[in-house]
Amino acid sequence: MTKIASTIIELTVQNHPGVMSHITGLFSRRAFNLEGILCGCIGKGTQSRMFLLVENNGRIQQIIKQLEKLYDVIDVTLREDYDHTLFKRLHEFIK
Amino acid sequence: MKYTGAEIIIKLLEREGIDIVSGIPGGANLPLYNALYKSKIQHILARHEQGAGFIAHGIARATGKTAVCFATSGPGATNLLTVIADAKLDSIPIIAITGQVPSSFIGTDAFQEVDTYGMTLPITKHNFLVRDARELLYIIPEAFKIAASGRPGPVVIDVPKDVQCQAIEFDQWPDRQKEEDPEEINLSGIKHIAGMINESKRPLLYIGGGIVNSKAHKLLYKLAKRNSIPVTSTLMGLGCFPSGDSLSLGMPGMHGACYTNFILNDVDLLLAFGVRFDDRATGNVKKFCPQAKIVHIDIDRSEIDKIKKSNFSVTGDIGLALKQIMPFINSDRRGDWIRKIEKIKEEHPFLREKNSDFLHPINLIRTISNLVKPDTIITTDVGQHQMWVAQAYPFQYPRTLLTSGGLGTMGFGLPAAIGAALVNPDKRIVCISGDGSFLMNIQELATLADLNLNITTIIMNNGHLGLIRQQQELFYEKNYIAAKFISNPDFAAIARNFGIRSYDLEGMENPMAVLSESLTKPGSCVVNAPIHYAENVCPIVPPGAANYEMIGGEKND
Ligand SMILES: Cc1ncc(C[n+]2csc(CCOP(=O)(O)OP(=O)(O)O)c2C)c(N)n1
Repeated sequence: MTKIASTIIELTVQNHPGVMSHITGLFSRRAFNLEGILCGCIGKGTQSRMFLLVENNGRIQQIIKQLEKLYDVIDVTLREDYDHTLFKRLHEFIK
Repeated sequence: MKYTGAEIIIKLLEREGIDIVSGIPGGANLPLYNALYKSKIQHILARHEQGAGFIAHGIARATGKTAVCFATSGPGATNLLTVIADAKLDSIPIIAITGQVPSSFIGTDAFQEVDTYGMTLPITKHNFLVRDARELLYIIPEAFKIAASGRPGPVVIDVPKDVQCQAIEFDQWPDRQKEEDPEEINLSGIKHIAGMINESKRPLLYIGGGIVNSKAHKLLYKLAKRNSIPVTSTLMGLGCFPSGDSLSLGMPGMHGACYTNFILNDVDLLLAFGVRFDDRATGNVKKFCPQAKIVHIDIDRSEIDKIKKSNFSVTGDIGLALKQIMPFINSDRRGDWIRKIEKIKEEHPFLREKNSDFLHPINLIRTISNLVKPDTIITTDVGQHQMWVAQAYPFQYPRTLLTSGGLGTMGFGLPAAIGAALVNPDKRIVCISGDGSFLMNIQELATLADLNLNITTIIMNNGHLGLIRQQQELFYEKNYIAAKFISNPDFAAIARNFGIRSYDLEGMENPMAVLSESLTKPGSCVVNAPIHYAENVCPIVPPGAANYEMIGGEKND
């Protein structure tokens, strides 16, 4: 993985089949870089939690505002306090 | 009670106050049409789904209320894509209900199956694929709420055929979802903006579609007048401020008013109210209002600082904000600023045609405006004629110009006029089109003939894709390609054969009398108005240039 300053956005979203497309679609059509996704159900399965690894550049606020506009997104937080080891291990696994 | 999915949809549309739906039936939405058969909702059978969709635009844009269109699966849905994208870019509340192949066929490349959900995802405010008829009780009211709340936009509801046919038992109809009320804006922010306005020396109001959507034009007028702030409006905001007023500066930008593009350089406070800094308005954004502090108010938080960083911003409804700001605004005549503006206006005049040719585009548009009532609704297509209308037509009221701004869709004008006429039976609607654009939805003349609405379509016929010819002349070394039509149909004859009255101004001895009749005699008609092919829209800001670097805005000595 190239060494660019990355950060993690944590999302709480409604859990249904179209949600992932709404999130990834937003990134591709607005030309935001998305470097990694982790996703899983929470609670009774009506919601999911997603962790997005994104480049930490000047557009991060715009990304967050656009994510907040998505109907199925319940909560968006920028988690600068998270370390990326989770994603690192994932990258090793993928390799 | 027991209802099918299709019956639930129709019933809920009725409960939302929908009385007109435009569309075209097909295999995958026939159950929906069967339910419509028993309803009082008027169905407008368009001749192409894009026509049906733009009819819905006409209704929504003329009234501000959500409008609905239907299409079948596959080609029906793909034919609606342009309409949906257009509504997204211009923030128009429409709901498209599309038929889909039965649930068990989804994913099998069944006949007329396309992934409507996937295709409309990037061009809707939100979209739904309905999996069970029971979901409709929630989704339909929710769709109306989404389409109209905050910044309006299109919603697609894709309904598989089996879901339309599925009968379910339920006890009661869902309540209408109320639109979300805009939030109050905190008073300290309001006072801060008022202070910035009162202290500024050279303020400018830069307004757009947000003023239309929040019905804020009267408050805008009060603010501008009390504090003597000139107003420049984007294409989407035209009509919000009376064009004849001495404070009106027309449009900024690519084809804006010459003086306005210079005035922008001197502004010290830019009041960006209900606008999104579109590139056609700002030109090279780095050189847009270089001296100005920027106050940005918009209902969509993601528009704040998206293109241009503001010095102060408020996310909220502009009408509410203006109402709260007004009590803190000083009255001021701003003698120095107004004199400076008058001087720039004299140095860089705009649209002072010396030409007296009746068929000169600017003269023609002014003549039309003199022949109709000031609240007449004008629709346009896309190209030079659209820009001439934006520049020269004296709009006085919001929602009197219906035009495809963000997407710039040729073919918008005629079906949008039909929609506007359906909800304004007492008004005349004038569609000003070009010979290129008109052919893109000409089939809707058949729909118009069905309805005989009070629509006058005027085709500014230059035998070219005029705006393309102009760009090739100015930016592509006059390498004219694919801009001139090898042949051009006889539009008056075509209209006649659709059963619509028509006129041709070509070689007319008294074109004034003919034009006048076309704009006043009840019913529909089409007017062919030949114009000179080499006429250009002036000024024009070259791609990448600053607004003040426009061509055709040179100083007047
Ligand atoms: C659907 C669509 N295709 C292509 C374009 C690109 N385009 C912009 S203006 C224009 C020419 C329009 O010609 P016409 O309608 O005759 O208007 P004029 O410019 O001559 O007034 C074209 C092709 C567009 N805006 N929309």
